[in-house]
Amino acid sequence: KSSVQTIGEEQIQNPYTELLVLKGHQDIVRFLVQIDDCRFASAGDDGIIFLWNAQTGEKLFELHGHTQKITAIAPFSSSDASEEKKNLILTASADRTVIVWDCTSGRQVQKVSCFHSTVKCLTVLQRLDVWLSGGSDLCVWNRKLDLLCKTSHLTDAGISALVELPKNCVVAAVGKELIIFRLIPSNDESEGWNVLEVKRLVDHQDNILSLVSVNDLTFVTGSHVGELIVWDALDWTKQASECNFWDSSVHPDAQPEIKLSQSPNETSVQHLTSDEECVFAAVGKGIYVYNLQMKRVIACQRTAHDSSVLHIEKVPNRQLISCSEDGSVRIWELREKQQLPAEPVPTGFFNMWGFGRANKQANQAAKKMQENTPMHVLELVGDLIGHSSAVQMFLYFGELGLATCSADHLIILWKDGERESRLRSLTLFQKLAQSGDLQLKF
Amino acid sequence: MISAPDVVAFTREEELEDELCSEPPLPEEYSVPLFPFASHGTNPWAKVASSKFTRDFILISEFSEQVGPQPLLTIPDDAKVSGTFDLNYFSLRIMSVDYQASFVGHPPGSAYPKLNFVEDSKVVLGDSKEGAFAYVHHLTLYDLEARGFVRPFCMAYISADEHKIMQQFQELSAEFSKASECLKTGNRKAFANELEKKLKDLDYTRTVLHNETEIQKKANDKGYYTTQAIEKANELASVEKSIIEHQDLLKQIRSYPYRKLKESDFHPYEPESALDQADAGCDQDLPTSDLAEPGETLLCAQTLSYTPKLIKAKSAKCFDKKLKTLEELCDIYFFTQTLDQLHQIERTFRGDVCYLLTDQISRALLKQQSVTNFLFEDVSFLDEKTPEKQYRGCQGLGQDALDRKCPEESPAPKVVISLGSYKSSVECVPIKMEQEMEDSQEPKLTESVTFEQQENLDYLDADIKGSISSGESIEVLGTEKSASGLTKSESQASLPVSPSPQAGRSKVGSRRTVSEDSIEVLSTCPSESLIPEDFKASYPSAINEEPYADDEEGGLRFTPKLNPDDVDERGDVSKEENLVQVDSACCIGKESPSFLEPLPELGQKPCDEDGVVRIPPQPSRQGEQGLRGGFPCHDGVAGGLLPYELDSRYLTGSREVSKSSLDECSDSTSYVSSAASTCSDRTPSPARPACQASERHKKKAGQNALRFIRQYPFAHPAIYSLLSGRTLVVLGEEEAIVKKLVTALSIFVPSGGLDAKPVKHWLTAPLHVVDFQKWKLIGLQRTVSPAGVNVLHALSRYSRYVSILDADSKTLRCPLYKGTLVSRLADHRTQIKRGSTYYMHVQSVLTQLCSKAFLFTFCHHLHLPIGEREPEECVVNRRMNFLKLQLGLANEDLKIVQYLAELLKLRYLQEPGRRASPLLRFDYVPSFLYKI
Repeated sequence: KSSVQTIGEEQIQNPYTELLVLKGHQDIVRFLVQIDDCRFASAGDDGIIFLWNAQTGEKLFELHGHTQKITAIAPFSSSDASEEKKNLILTASADRTVIVWDCTSGRQVQKVSCFHSTVKCLTVLQRLDVWLSGGSDLCVWNRKLDLLCKTSHLTDAGISALVELPKNCVVAAVGKELIIFRLIPSNDESEGWNVLEVKRLVDHQDNILSLVSVNDLTFVTGSHVGELIVWDALDWTKQASECNFWDSSVHPDAQPEIKLSQSPNETSVQHLTSDEECVFAAVGKGIYVYNLQMKRVIACQRTAHDSSVLHIEKVPNRQLISCSEDGSVRIWELREKQQLPAEPVPTGFFNMWGFGRANKQANQAAKKMQENTPMHVLELVGDLIGHSSAVQMFLYFGELGLATCSADHLIILWKDGERESRLRSLTLFQKLAQSGDLQLKF
Repeated sequence: MISAPDVVAFTREEELEDELCSEPPLPEEYSVPLFPFASHGTNPWAKVASSKFTRDFILISEFSEQVGPQPLLTIPDDAKVSGTFDLNYFSLRIMSVDYQASFVGHPPGSAYPKLNFVEDSKVVLGDSKEGAFAYVHHLTLYDLEARGFVRPFCMAYISADEHKIMQQFQELSAEFSKASECLKTGNRKAFANELEKKLKDLDYTRTVLHNETEIQKKANDKGYYTTQAIEKANELASVEKSIIEHQDLLKQIRSYPYRKLKESDFHPYEPESALDQADAGCDQDLPTSDLAEPGETLLCAQTLSYTPKLIKAKSAKCFDKKLKTLEELCDIYFFTQTLDQLHQIERTFRGDVCYLLTDQISRALLKQQSVTNFLFEDVSFLDEKTPEKQYRGCQGLGQDALDRKCPEESPAPKVVISLGSYKSSVECVPIKMEQEMEDSQEPKLTESVTFEQQENLDYLDADIKGSISSGESIEVLGTEKSASGLTKSESQASLPVSPSPQAGRSKVGSRRTVSEDSIEVLSTCPSESLIPEDFKASYPSAINEEPYADDEEGGLRFTPKLNPDDVDERGDVSKEENLVQVDSACCIGKESPSFLEPLPELGQKPCDEDGVVRIPPQPSRQGEQGLRGGFPCHDGVAGGLLPYELDSRYLTGSREVSKSSLDECSDSTSYVSSAASTCSDRTPSPARPACQASERHKKKAGQNALRFIRQYPFAHPAIYSLLSGRTLVVLGEEEAIVKKLVTALSIFVPSGGLDAKPVKHWLTAPLHVVDFQKWKLIGLQRTVSPAGVNVLHALSRYSRYVSILDADSKTLRCPLYKGTLVSRLADHRTQIKRGSTYYMHVQSVLTQLCSKAFLFTFCHHLHLPIGEREPEECVVNRRMNFLKLQLGLANEDLKIVQYLAELLKLRYLQEPGRRASPLLRFDYVPSFLYKI
């Protein structure tokens, strides 16, 4: 028996009524990155990068250059107003190379292959016009792909995540630690930078899996054992932390058995995303919404999917999209729940779990909290079923639709059928007008 | 499918009139042709009493120089077919109108015998006594031992229905030309072979003679020649001469294709590139390996193996030896090909002419609906644009038959093979396929005329005009004793055909040599000499049989009248003028008042005692005007003349027919042999060569579909699923049952503009989302194995995209349907009994649906705002109103039309050359489980 909320076949709010399957990859597709309004790139374990048109699903380019799987991908657009905008992407691969691609011509611009380890993350600092590569060490590169500076060997495992902070700082997640680096202009050269380790934060108990910047003042990290820490981006202090927030802290009714029954995999913070108010965390199979102001979880869906949630994204209209290893993509809506003391949410969940004996204390505690703040709930408004294997990532293209990539080697473009139909009518009549068929012919 | 031939015969006039009163009449060109003689109260299916044979057949005859005209073989090769019909007599008849035995030999001024490359002639001939009408195709084959090296043959399509011959003249001519071309090619090859052998013999003889002479010379020391020596010398000289002659002949026969190339309007036949590429692969598939080799090597190889023998310089008199049979005259491969082609012709044109005509009409109309016809029509049906294509199809069939396989299952590659074989035949230059070249022009012409002049012209008219364009001679000869009133035309044409075939032949032949005018109408029956205005187009058509005449420009082609621009004029030309023209052409009918207007009683007495005269093949316009939605059929036909197929003997007459009828029966278990309504169905309908398989498929599918809608109460939602683009999965353990259901339901599946219908008959692997894009109807295997579990798991996972018809437990899981459209399409209480009829019913309903979808798709304001400020809601409202009020659609029917409209859009927007990425559209609607 599944505890996962299901929605059934009638999904009025689900706009995606048309799909396009994009075939090309020969292995797991892990990364999707948006290039501009209507283009995106996909990359995965086959080492090939594809460029797609998000509207038509047309395959624009097939970029070959890496011999092993892609480990990181980042868009690298030139911001210079002087020259016309050039869309570049950076890709790092397990073959220890980084390649710069031109998305307009589909050609390889440059290739760097002097790495000692696999580059696991790439970050572009637009402001400084440099980009950073994180492997076993951190390297700083300029646009011409000159190595400006690099750190000493940090760890064998390598940097797993890299986020830009204010004041020329970056934070790198290395194992259980967070290391703050600062880029300092070098004295001898005008263009050069030096990188300096500023601080190490060792508050996490386990490997840091996700690192996301909320705004200029805060960033958030999540670890494998389910710790969520909110940091001040300026002085790198811990603002708030939510340890084990999947059970006791928010929901005091949690039974010890539950904790035991949960394997670390089910509590790891797989992915984080945020808007100004909230941080959305994909924790195990569930989704949690953490309010930064209230410093607590305001809504959750403990088993949002049948297996681990791999990626979540906040989309407009208070909606949230999540994808999971179970091959499905689900659309959630964050709703304010009416005060209905008769059915407190946590109890309901535990009932579903089969732990029917919700004690009174828990109910009271829940009620107490409901008194001061409006209760939120994540409502399932639609699900997208198409992939036959884990959905690794997705890319939200606004009204153009949604692109999902999966371990079944496919990319699916989900589109609003109504809109597409209208667009087709429009092009139809444009074509008719062009070919002059609108005139009556006899 | 616009018109359903089965329906035609059932229509009673009273019912028809009721309908006509209540509804505004359809445009003429869209109306179902009615049986033109319904008002006469005669049974349209009554057999023609006068004909002595039961069905159409093809007769091949020869004018043997030893025994005169003789029948060689009939197709189908069955004694029952011809019945009591006197083949010998009829052979005499048809051979007697052959004019072209222009004898070869030593033409004045030429040192050596010349081969004439004679064009075929095409004649329509009637014999009222026998009740037989024939399209006769004369050709000559080369035979070294024959007089003048030529042997006249003819192939005749004999039918009791004059109008079939007349109206299908063009088609018959095209098909027979192909057969003839094939036969002649084989003959040239065989002839060249024979010449090679003969040359070897002569060479050998010369050597032997030479040696003997030398020996004699040496032995002879007397200083004067003995008579023996002189004889030898003479013999040697005659052998030398014979060698030169034969070498010349060989050169001539080999130069034939080159000669044709030199002609200005000769377009050598070139296979398409795709076929070209496939050549290499298919050569080895040829039945006999030597065919794959180029002609020269082939000849060499044969010559090497041939041991020359001593022959006499003077050939034996022709009566001394047995003449070669037709089979010996022709290369065996080409002979078989020809026979296959002839069988194909027989299959194509069998049955009632109304089938052929309705088929052609609906085909032509469908071609006009280029925007929507891809949805439900057979792709093969639409693609088949030119007879050329048909030819390929039938060649493929022929090839198959050669391999002793079932012709219906001929796959496309087979077609390639036969073409390849043509390419690699004895002649190293592309073989002349004159018909191909002509065909390529005709369809264009036909279409343009049809499009521009729809109101005035039946497209059949255009077809016939096409026939006139082809520069063929059309002769209409009365074979019975001719009336004395005939006068000579300027072309000396109208010689009465004398009872003596020899005389007739020689006379006609001699006339041919001077005349360039090919048309003769020998009329003996004034009441029948009704010559519609179309005829005037035919008279100047020039004959062009002799290669010598080819240089003369005027004689080549008669084009002006064919110009679509001229068509307008044609309509305006008064009959008076017409009369004058015809008069000047052949000086007949002057005394006939019926020339100006057809006599109403014509229909009742079609077969006068003294001879039958028919007008050049064409559908008459009078007929069309006279009858509402008129059958494009000749006016002068009697009710009793037309059909004859009903005889039960016909059904068991030959192997082919019994096969097909068996097929019919097998797919019609619910067939009730009641009354006349089913009779027409029993007539084996003529099958288009390329479509024969699909014809069978249609029947089968129709029958299965009929059974499905009777058996399953939930047929409507299932069909709705298909029409609205929701994939229907037929799940079952037994492949046969599943496939049957899939076949049945496939007729409801709209094609997405791809090549084939999106139907997968049998699938064993788990479904994937890609499958729903590709296929809209899937037969899925249910097994108990672990793999089967996966299959079911995938099915339940993707259940939102599919409707599932469980063939084992007889359940259906699919969205609700409350519309009205499908109930008309699939009424379980329908009176339709036969599969093919039901198929046509479905097609007509679907065509209606297509037209709705077309309107909906191409109405600008239904999709786009009128003004810039108009909000989207208004457009949506307008759209909904249109669908509901204008198109009268309710509930789920909207979705069907919307889906079809979407397909139309996609098709229209599809860039040529680029394949549109397949879309999957779906709805989030709940499904329900239906049970029996």
